[in-house]
Amino acid sequence: MYQYRRFNNKNGFFQKFGNLDYVLLTCLLILGFISLATMYSTDGGEVLFHTKSHFIKFIVFFSMMIVISFINIKFWFSLGYLSYAIILGMLIWTVNFGITASGSKRWIDLYFLNLQPSELMKIFIILCLAKYFHRMKMQHVNSFYAISFSLIIIFVPMSLVIIQPDLGTSLLIAVSGIVVLWFAGLNHKYFFYSCLLSIISLPIIISFLKPYQKLRVLTFLNPDRDPLGAGYQIIQSKIAVGSGGITGKGFLKGTQSYLEFLPEKHTDFIFTLFSEEFGFIGSIVLLLIYAIIIYRVIRIGALSRSYFAKLFCYSFGTSIFIYIVINMSMVLGLVPIVGSPLPIMSYGGSSMLATMIGFGIVMSAKTHSQQSIA
Amino acid sequence: MINISDSATKLNSLNRRMFILATAKIIILGGIVSRLFFLQVKENKKYLTLSDKNRIREWKLPPIRGEFQDYFGNTIAGNFEAYQLHIIPEEVEDFRYVIYRVKELLNLSEKQFKKIIKKKNEIKPWETLIVADNLSWEKFSKINNHLYDLNGVKPVISISRDYPYKENFTHVLGYVSQANENDLLTNKNIKEKFVPGLKVGKTGLEKSFEKNLIGSNSVERYEVNAYGRRISQLAFQKGDKGETIKLTIDTKIQELTNELLKEKAGSICVMDIYTGAIIAMHSSPSFDPNSFVFGISQDDWQLIRNNPMKPLVNKSLSGNYSPGSTIKPIVALSALENEVIGKDFTVQCKGHKNPLELYGQTYHCWKKEGHGFVNLREAMKQSCDTYFYEVARRLGVDRLSVTAKKFGLGEKVFRNIFDNEKKGLIPNTEWKKNALGRNWVLGETIITGIGQGFIQTTPIQLCLMTAQIANGGYKIYPKIVANDDNQYEDKFTPLYKKARNIKIVQDAMFSSTNEPRGTSYRSRLNDPKYQFAGKTGTSQVKKITEQDRELDLKTFQIPYEERDHALYVAFGPYKSPRYALSIIIEHGGSGGTVAAPLAKELFKMIVDRHEIRKNYDNKKYLDI
Repeated sequence: MYQYRRFNNKNGFFQKFGNLDYVLLTCLLILGFISLATMYSTDGGEVLFHTKSHFIKFIVFFSMMIVISFINIKFWFSLGYLSYAIILGMLIWTVNFGITASGSKRWIDLYFLNLQPSELMKIFIILCLAKYFHRMKMQHVNSFYAISFSLIIIFVPMSLVIIQPDLGTSLLIAVSGIVVLWFAGLNHKYFFYSCLLSIISLPIIISFLKPYQKLRVLTFLNPDRDPLGAGYQIIQSKIAVGSGGITGKGFLKGTQSYLEFLPEKHTDFIFTLFSEEFGFIGSIVLLLIYAIIIYRVIRIGALSRSYFAKLFCYSFGTSIFIYIVINMSMVLGLVPIVGSPLPIMSYGGSSMLATMIGFGIVMSAKTHSQQSIA
Repeated sequence: MINISDSATKLNSLNRRMFILATAKIIILGGIVSRLFFLQVKENKKYLTLSDKNRIREWKLPPIRGEFQDYFGNTIAGNFEAYQLHIIPEEVEDFRYVIYRVKELLNLSEKQFKKIIKKKNEIKPWETLIVADNLSWEKFSKINNHLYDLNGVKPVISISRDYPYKENFTHVLGYVSQANENDLLTNKNIKEKFVPGLKVGKTGLEKSFEKNLIGSNSVERYEVNAYGRRISQLAFQKGDKGETIKLTIDTKIQELTNELLKEKAGSICVMDIYTGAIIAMHSSPSFDPNSFVFGISQDDWQLIRNNPMKPLVNKSLSGNYSPGSTIKPIVALSALENEVIGKDFTVQCKGHKNPLELYGQTYHCWKKEGHGFVNLREAMKQSCDTYFYEVARRLGVDRLSVTAKKFGLGEKVFRNIFDNEKKGLIPNTEWKKNALGRNWVLGETIITGIGQGFIQTTPIQLCLMTAQIANGGYKIYPKIVANDDNQYEDKFTPLYKKARNIKIVQDAMFSSTNEPRGTSYRSRLNDPKYQFAGKTGTSQVKKITEQDRELDLKTFQIPYEERDHALYVAFGPYKSPRYALSIIIEHGGSGGTVAAPLAKELFKMIVDRHEIRKNYDNKKYLDI
C-alpha cells in the first residue's frame, strides 16, 4: 500500500494535477488580478511600466509556483539548509557589492532582475528552520543547544539585513523565524520572558535607532507633530483610506493617489490606494481573499502527513498573515511605518518571487500530502 | 526513525499551537476590520473633507470695481480693458529666447527687464508671470503678430480702472492704486477680497465708498495635485461687479471749472441751493489719476509732489482760507438778526488818512479815498471795511460765531464722506481762551468782521453758506452721491429769526454785482435769466504794512506767495435762485478782478444746463 502510494506519487502527473489546491490557486489568481488592476490605477489609468512589469512578474512567478508544486516536497526538505546558505551568501554579497538606492544597499543586479535577497530570506528561513526542527525530538526542542542554534540561524541574516540598512525586512525575517520556533514547541515562558525583556529594553533599543527611525516612532505616536514632513505619509494614507468610505471613490478615481498625495503607492501603500478606490466593502473582500488563502495554506498543512510540511505550511501561513497585518496596520496608522510590502499586491519582484516560492512549496506539500519524510 | 509517541506529542503540540494562533489571527483580523470600519465608515466625513481640502484649491480673481457716473449717467470712472502680456514659464520651451524676443519687441529697458527676471525667479514655474500690465494697442498687436515665434506667451485682456475725464474729477473721485499693507489693515473689505494686484481707492470717493465699489471676487475652483499644480477646473463662481455710484455732478460744468482754473491754484464749488446737490467741485491744479492705476513713476510723482501749487491737496475741502469780505453777508445778517443795527445804519468811511483807531491800532478800509457815508446796502456793494469794523465791534465775535456756525461755517460740510475734509475755524472768545489761553481782544473782533484773523473757512463751506442765504435762509445738507437719501430732520428748518433780514442781505449782494460801483459790477450778466448776485473777497496772506500801503503795488509786482487770495461767492439766477457757488483763486489778487469774472462764465452755463437737468429729472431727456 505504502509502496503503491510512493509509486503513484512519483509518477502520477495527472494525479498531482488533480491534487492541486484549486481554491488556493483561484484565490491567488483573483489576488493577482486585483493587484494588476490596482497597479493600473497607480499608473494613472494607463498601462505603464509598473503595470507591465507587475503583470510579467506575476505570470512568470505564478507559473514557477505551479512548477514547484510538482516537485516532491522531499526535494524542498533536502534543499532546506543549502538554500538558506545560498541566500546567506547572497546577503553577504549584497552587503559588499549590492546596488545602493535611496540610501540602502538591498539589491543584487542579476541583469534581468534586481534581486533583493532579504525578501527571499523571509521564506527560506522558514524552510531551514522547519527542516532543523523536523528531525528534533520533542525534549530536545527546548534544549539550550537547539535554542541557541536556531537563534543563530535567525540572527545572522537579520543582522546582515539590518546593516543594509533595512529594519523592516530584518524584523519580518525575525518574525518568520520566531513563528517556526513557536510551532516547533518552544516553551511559552521563553516568549513571555523575551517579550518582557524587549519591553524593558525598548528605550535602549530606541536610543540605538537611526534618527529617521526614531522620527518614525515619534511620528507614529503623534502624526500631527510634523504634518508636512515625517507625518506626511501616514496622514495622507489615513486621509486616503478614510475618504474612501463604504463603497470607495471608484476605480481610477482615487484622488489621493491620482493627484500624487500618496507616497510609495506602488509598494508599501498599495492597500491605501485600493481602499480609497474600493472602500470598506472592497477592503473586506480583499481581507477575505487573504483569509481564504491563509486558511487553505494552513489546511494543507493540517492534511499533510510529514511534520516538515505541516511546520512549513503553518509557519508560512502565519508569516504571510503577519506581513499582511503589519502592512495594513502601518497604512492604517496602527503601527509605525516600517518598510513592509503587502504580499502579491505590492510591486516588487523579489517579494513576489519569495511569496510564490512559498506558495509553490505549500502546493507541493498539497500534491505530495501523503509523502512522509524520514 | 522518529519515535512514534514523540512524533505524536510533537504533532499534538503543533496542532494545539496552530489552534491558539488561529484564534489570535481571528482577533487581529477583527482589529484590522474595526480599524477600517472606524476610518472608512465612522470618520468618513472627516477624511472626505480632508481629502477635498487636499485636492481642491480656490483661486480668487480680482473683483470688477463699480463705476462712478455723473448726474446724467456718463461714466466718469469706469473700467477699461488693459492689454497685458502673461507668460507661464513652465509652458515655454526656451524661456531665455522668448524673454529676449519679448524684450526686443517691447523695447524694454534693462531695468524693467531685470525686474521681470527677478519676478520670474520668485514664482513657481506653473504660475503666471506678468511681463507687461498695460500695453499700448500698437505694442499689443505687435506681440500678436509675432506670436508664432513666442511659444507660451499669452496676450491677455484684463479689466482695469479708467478715468475718461482725466484730471477733471481727480479731487472728487480720488484714484485707485495697488492695495498696500495699510489698506489691508484698515479696511476689512479689502482684506477679505484681496488678491495680488488688487487696486483699491486711495483718496476721495474711491476710498470712502470702497465697500460699495469693490464688488466680489470671482472664484475659480481647481483640482490640484500634491505639488500644487492645477489639474482641472472644477467650478467657476462669478463674482458681482461693485455698485455703480451716481454722483450729482454735471460733467459739463465740472469741465468748465477745470478750464477756468487752468494754470491757477484754487477751487470752484457749485451747489444746488435746495437739494444741496454738488453740481461741480474742482480743485486746481489737478493731475491725471490714470497715472496711478499701474503705479506712478518716481519722476512723475516728484513732479506732482513738489509742485508749489500743491496739486495733491483738495482745496475745495481741505483748503483753509480766510474768507475775507465774503464773510460780510454773514456779519451783516448776524447784526440784523441780533438787532445790533438796522438796515439804515450808517457809518462814515474816511479813507486811509483817517482810519479807525482802537487802542493804538489802526484799521484801514481797502479804499484809499474812503467811501463816505455808507449804509448797509452801500457798504456791502462797495465792500466797505470801515462799516463792517463798526458793525463787528457792535455785534461782538460771540454772536457772530453763532450765526456763522448756523450757516455751516466751522463744520465739515460732508460729515464723513471725505476723509480729507477740514473743519475750518470760527473763533469766539471761549475758543481763544481754551485754545490759546489768552483773552479775546476787541481788535480781533474788528478784523473778524472783514474775514481776517483767526477765522478760516473752506471753499465748500462758503458755497454752503451762500446757498443757505440764497434759498431764503433754510438749512440744507450738501450731497454728492445722487441717491444719498439721508433724511435729516432739521432739513429746511429756518436759520433766521426774521425772513426780512435774509432779503436785505440778498439785495445787498445783488447790488454788489449788478449796480455801478459794486465790487463785481464788471462781471455782471444783465439778462435776468442769468443775472446773479454775489460778494467778492480778497483775503490777505500777509499783514499789510504802512510801506506796502504807500507803494500800493499791483498784484503782478508782488511775489506769488505774498499775493492775496481772490474769492467770490454768488448765487443765481437772482429772480428765482437755484444755484450757489464759491470761487477761490490762491494768490490771485483781488476777488473782484480775478474771481468774479469766472462766475460770469459759470452762471451762463449753469443756468443753461439747469433746463437739461430738470428735463433729465423728468425722464424726458435721456441723452445729453
